[in-house]
Amino acid sequence: MAIDTVMWSKLVTGMTLGFHAIFATLGVGIPLMIAIAEFMGIRKKDPHYTLMAKRWSRGFVISVAVGVVTGTAISLQLALVWPNFMKLAGNVIALPLFMEVFAFFFEAIFLGIYLYTWDRFKNPYIHWLLTIPIVTGAGMSAVFITTVNGFMNQPGGFVMEAGQFTAVNPVQAMLNTATFSKVFHVLSSAYLTGAALLAGIAAFALLRKGASAYHKKALNLMMAVVLLFGLLNTLAGDVSAKFLAEHQPEKLAAAEWHFETESGADLILLGWLNAEHEIIGALHLPKLLSFLAFSDFNAEVTGLEEFPKDEWPPLLVHYLFDLMAGIGFTLLAISVLYFLFLFWKKRNELNKWLLGIIALGAPMAFLGVELGWFYAELGRQPWIIRGYMRVEEAATSSPNIRMIFFFFLLLYIVLGVMCVLVLRRLFNNNPAEVEMEKWMKEKRNPSTEKGERT
Amino acid sequence: MSYELIGISVLWLFLYGYLIVASIDFGAGFFAFYARLTKQDHLINRLISRYLSPVWEITNVFFVFFYIGIVGFFPDTAYYYGSALLVPGSIAVILLAIRGSFYAFENYGSKNNIVYLFLYGASGLLIPASLSVALTLSEGGFIVKQGSTVSLDYWTLFTNPLSWSIVGLAIVSVLFISSSFLAFYASRAEDHAALKLVRTYALFWSTPTIIIALTAFIYLGQHNERHFQNMMDLWWLLALSVAFFMIAMWLIYNGRRYGLAFICIMLQFFCAFFAYGIGQYPYILDPFITIQNSVTSPAMGFALVVVFIGGMCMLIPSLILVFKLFLFDADYVKGKK
Repeated sequence: MAIDTVMWSKLVTGMTLGFHAIFATLGVGIPLMIAIAEFMGIRKKDPHYTLMAKRWSRGFVISVAVGVVTGTAISLQLALVWPNFMKLAGNVIALPLFMEVFAFFFEAIFLGIYLYTWDRFKNPYIHWLLTIPIVTGAGMSAVFITTVNGFMNQPGGFVMEAGQFTAVNPVQAMLNTATFSKVFHVLSSAYLTGAALLAGIAAFALLRKGASAYHKKALNLMMAVVLLFGLLNTLAGDVSAKFLAEHQPEKLAAAEWHFETESGADLILLGWLNAEHEIIGALHLPKLLSFLAFSDFNAEVTGLEEFPKDEWPPLLVHYLFDLMAGIGFTLLAISVLYFLFLFWKKRNELNKWLLGIIALGAPMAFLGVELGWFYAELGRQPWIIRGYMRVEEAATSSPNIRMIFFFFLLLYIVLGVMCVLVLRRLFNNNPAEVEMEKWMKEKRNPSTEKGERT
Repeated sequence: MSYELIGISVLWLFLYGYLIVASIDFGAGFFAFYARLTKQDHLINRLISRYLSPVWEITNVFFVFFYIGIVGFFPDTAYYYGSALLVPGSIAVILLAIRGSFYAFENYGSKNNIVYLFLYGASGLLIPASLSVALTLSEGGFIVKQGSTVSLDYWTLFTNPLSWSIVGLAIVSVLFISSSFLAFYASRAEDHAALKLVRTYALFWSTPTIIIALTAFIYLGQHNERHFQNMMDLWWLLALSVAFFMIAMWLIYNGRRYGLAFICIMLQFFCAFFAYGIGQYPYILDPFITIQNSVTSPAMGFALVVVFIGGMCMLIPSLILVFKLFLFDADYVKGKK
């Protein structure tokens, strides 16, 4: 099958979003971890935590750079690749996009100040206060962008007249029915992923280089955050499923391979489909889908057959959904296990197996975020604005889009590889223990020249 | 005042802001690379990195802000420019991406990597060149509409002297604005060796700036008579622009008051930029889009203005804080903090 311009457009955007999602998640999640670590450092007067905040923010700024540039790319691609979408929806979604720029601007300004003022204030809490606009700016960016995604799923706040959106109420469009559950899930998963990454790195360092006070403290702190946001994220997932069951049943039905409307519907795990859409080899959990969707084991769940076949999302999303949910539960389970081992004295929470699993949790968390976004996007197909505009109506008609795909592919490969290399060099050449010693020495003899950038 | 007029004025002002801060940034990147090549980097690169490090992200946001603002206020622009600019726009995006990330890699990651510095410096000149294409397109005659498809006529674009003179103007003014800012920053830091070097850069790039500006203006007259005549009616703005340029050159040549000189250069570009913008009124894209026929709904216009005012109330104090900490804190500038 020849790939047409619409498919190339989808590939360009899917690739950009898939790449950006990694850095956007870091951008939202990590600032909170930095803020927590710096606060602990001041509170407990423990320089290990302060060093954590310093080291994390140093790595963070590199990921922010990639996040900024890919974010710029996706925002311009909205107009370049989907000109008809922007023409129709620009009227409605401009407000949250505009607000996002402000939120990001705010974050960027304070991040710049934060990085360069470690030793400029007498009261350490003043420097810590700078993390508040960074954390809120990053969080609000995510909120505003997520409202746009919510709008694409649950358009509202306008009247459709002669192919144009009129009588636009932009605030109502932002507060569409999808917004709450989506925002909740995006934020909880970003904080979960940020913590899982830093815990994973600490676990990895402990595995490779043996016990170290710095990494133990980091692991403990971050596992607590994983536990907290693991719980909140499970709740957010549940809220999202209930939202889908009520407002966007075809998306949930596609994820669950739930074809016929029935009460007491089973939850189906994995398996595969034959040509007649019969499910083979799956694990059926009786009545659990009804419970998941409506908190009632006998509730009626709408099936896919209620919808015209050309409006079905691709059935592949079933696997994305199952894997995403599986990863969410696994991360929660890992953190519970860690604290069980910690409090149950006979067990060593730093044993090799557990550390290995925690280290694996970091890439798993990112995989979960990716799967979730791909489910969110593919599950909305064939619509770009559900019920109003199909993806193929929105795409550019320029055949050059194919060439553009390869340009961007090359760009992301270069950026991805460079980012990993630079981060590795940054931290491998400067292990935490060495830096700690150097820093303490400097503190004792303030006469030696202060580090330019800390 | 109507929403469309408020909207376009604010956006034009922001684009002007971007022009200044981005020029400083782009040019500084190029000079950092050039100084390395000519083995003079020990003189100025420390100065450049002290200024750029805290502000590079802010520059990028100016650009995104303008883009989102214009798409928000005038959604048709997304359709026409989006369709036509797929290739040049994507190239600009890729260059911006390379520049932003390699700046971070160079600055926070591994120091002194000449390849990173090259990518960072070269992209700084190519980005204004590719972005300036949008200005050329707005003059009309390059974007073709056949039925419902909008496309860009590359042949006309590449063979037109106007588009090349605008590209040239973009590159030269980047170098001019940047070098005069660095002269100011160096004099503020009392770094005499650096000042001597960047002052020669500023003097060197001043004449080409004014010559290419004149050339572009003449080609504009050949390409878009209406725009040219409107600008001629604003002759006093153009005259002011030239006057500010002369004052700035006189100050820099005599080696005094570099701060004032830089303000004069900002005013020089302000006058010229607004003469250009007002002359183009009411078109955003000649002849398809005017600000009246493409403006968003009043409810959205109102919401955007409210958000804008709210946002400014948050941002201006924070920007002042940045300037106090990094630009006007003499100890920081001198490298003592």
